[in-house]
Amino acid sequence: MKAFNKLDGLVCPLDRANVDTDAIIPKQFLKSIKRSGFGPNLFDEWRYLDHGEPGMDNSVRPLNPDFVLNFPRYAGAQVLLARENFGCGSSREHAPWALDDQGFRVVIAPSFADIFFNNCYKNGLLPIVQPAEVVDQLFRECEASEGYRLTVDLQAQTITTPSGQSFAFDITEHRKHCLLGGLDEIGLTLQHAEEIKSYEAARRQSQPWLFHQA
Amino acid sequence: MTAQTLYDKLWSSHVVREEADGTVLLYIDRHLVHEVTSPQAFEGLKLAGRGLWRVDSVVSTADHNTPTDHWDEGIKDPISRQQVETLDANIKSFGALAYFPFKDKGQGIVHVMGPEQGATLPGMTVVCGDSHTSTHGAFGALAHGIGTSEVEHVMATQCLVAKKSKNMLVKVNGPLPAGITGKDVALAIIGKIGTAGGTGYAIEFGGEAIRSLSMEGRMTLCNMAIEAGARSGMVAVDEKTIDYVKGRPFAPTGAQWDAAVAYWNTLHSDEGAHFDAVVELEASDIKPQVTWGTSPEMVTDIDGIVPDPAAETDPVKKGSIERALAYMGLTANTPVKDIPVDIVFIGSCTNSRIEDLREAAAVARGRTKAASVKQVLVVPGSGLVKAQAEAEGLDKIFIAAGFEWREPGCSMCLAMNADRLQPGERCASTSNRNFEGRQGQGGRTHLVSPAMAAAAGVTGHFVDIRQL
Repeated sequence: MKAFNKLDGLVCPLDRANVDTDAIIPKQFLKSIKRSGFGPNLFDEWRYLDHGEPGMDNSVRPLNPDFVLNFPRYAGAQVLLARENFGCGSSREHAPWALDDQGFRVVIAPSFADIFFNNCYKNGLLPIVQPAEVVDQLFRECEASEGYRLTVDLQAQTITTPSGQSFAFDITEHRKHCLLGGLDEIGLTLQHAEEIKSYEAARRQSQPWLFHQA
Repeated sequence: MTAQTLYDKLWSSHVVREEADGTVLLYIDRHLVHEVTSPQAFEGLKLAGRGLWRVDSVVSTADHNTPTDHWDEGIKDPISRQQVETLDANIKSFGALAYFPFKDKGQGIVHVMGPEQGATLPGMTVVCGDSHTSTHGAFGALAHGIGTSEVEHVMATQCLVAKKSKNMLVKVNGPLPAGITGKDVALAIIGKIGTAGGTGYAIEFGGEAIRSLSMEGRMTLCNMAIEAGARSGMVAVDEKTIDYVKGRPFAPTGAQWDAAVAYWNTLHSDEGAHFDAVVELEASDIKPQVTWGTSPEMVTDIDGIVPDPAAETDPVKKGSIERALAYMGLTANTPVKDIPVDIVFIGSCTNSRIEDLREAAAVARGRTKAASVKQVLVVPGSGLVKAQAEAEGLDKIFIAAGFEWREPGCSMCLAMNADRLQPGERCASTSNRNFEGRQGQGGRTHLVSPAMAAAAGVTGHFVDIRQL
């Protein structure tokens, strides 16, 4: 996994509540058997004026000039500013894959759906929860000032605005450790293989009906 | 010992180890695998030279991409076909307890197949790379959707890295009125608490109305827990649970059955157990539900009207309503009963089980599709549901009514196969999500129960099935 430490990134504001993972990456792109290449189809139905299908040359498709991701001032944004319940719906990890592939490293919102929130951490993408009034302030500042950037420091657990105002954010120690180190979580878990085996052996004794000859 | 909730019991019995910050390794008993969210996980295992930790925990089927007609012609879309063939190849090389491939008689939507095979049992942890895994909580199991990285993690380690959620009790008091289904209860709950109301919680559904639901109704309810924001929903074990499980292919038998039942009967919240949040509804207040917007919380009942954004003071909510009405092609204050439908979809992991098809057939019997309705699709949840429905003659009722009787699969719930809405088409759907584009780009979805969907199919608009 990609490590995350500190980022100073351009911010793109997506002013909608309840953005679901179907909107983040529509179903037709889930037919891929790869993890990469989803970026051009991020928010496909909002981003383009035509209907997108896998295999199309996205560079020649008509862009929706009213969709924020297409505004020239937000080109190259790495921080997505969003509203409540971001990432609700389907568990598709293609959603964080698409955000990552597009170049986003941080999503800030008042709340996230649980599965999406969890999926982000597995891909070096940092989801940050902030109170609604802070998010409101960031939206106002971002929309008012072209080139608006935020500094996100994972070690310090802070977001800092261009004027120097800082906001703290929470993250569990485990997730922070994995993100900072870009660690392979499976490898970490397998360090406890003996504990898993002994748990499993006890379970096989107490609930033998859960085990079969495959 | 302190009183525990059902969720507390399920959680604590699966903790392998716990870190200081509360992060645990949670042991997983059952891993359901389908073609869409697994290829990258299998690829990850191959690249790392890893295998499955426990082959007999894996039960798999192909459901999202499979067509629901012309099975003799195979899967025409080459990208869909590649994904299904990739699953075939991965199961062949990694192994599984059971695999129900495309066209197998046991094939079906993963959340229909698991319970009907007895692959879902009370007391289990059940995961799948699919948010509607919450369905399996109907059996007193801890079940939730996971992402593909977690699919790979469970394959390699039999564990998830997880943190415990908070406990929520949603209690539906009193007997369920006639004509009110698990779907109506689910939508009424989401209407009350919102699509983020359950975020951070595991929800237990209780109360007299829930106890009176069949296992199918409980599965519908738990299926929709995710639409209330909760990764997992659950219902305590009772006689209905045990009766449903008995005799299924992967259910225990003999002395093991007796031991299992003794354990399963402990799977309920203790008297006085603490819930962090309690929500109560009166069953007698619940009428047939219909969604009007682009989020499951945008719901009203059959006597309701489309809301007026002018009456909303919160600017974010007001914007959401305006955007939803524009997308849905609806005018504020329109009575729900006046909304005409073009297409009806009866199916999905929410409502494609035998009881759902019986309820739809009871409405379709002796009636015919309204001339204004272009198509009524009936898609059974699995090959076994299809066979059962045909044994009961339900297929003939649907066909006589002008409905289409299809092969099993996820179908128009998410439109990954060829079954999809055209832009602007309006659908009465028994599925779980009315998001923009969910059933096809530009398609407009109204979520309803199977009986309400069938009634819309024969009348051309929403009607109160209690008065049909």
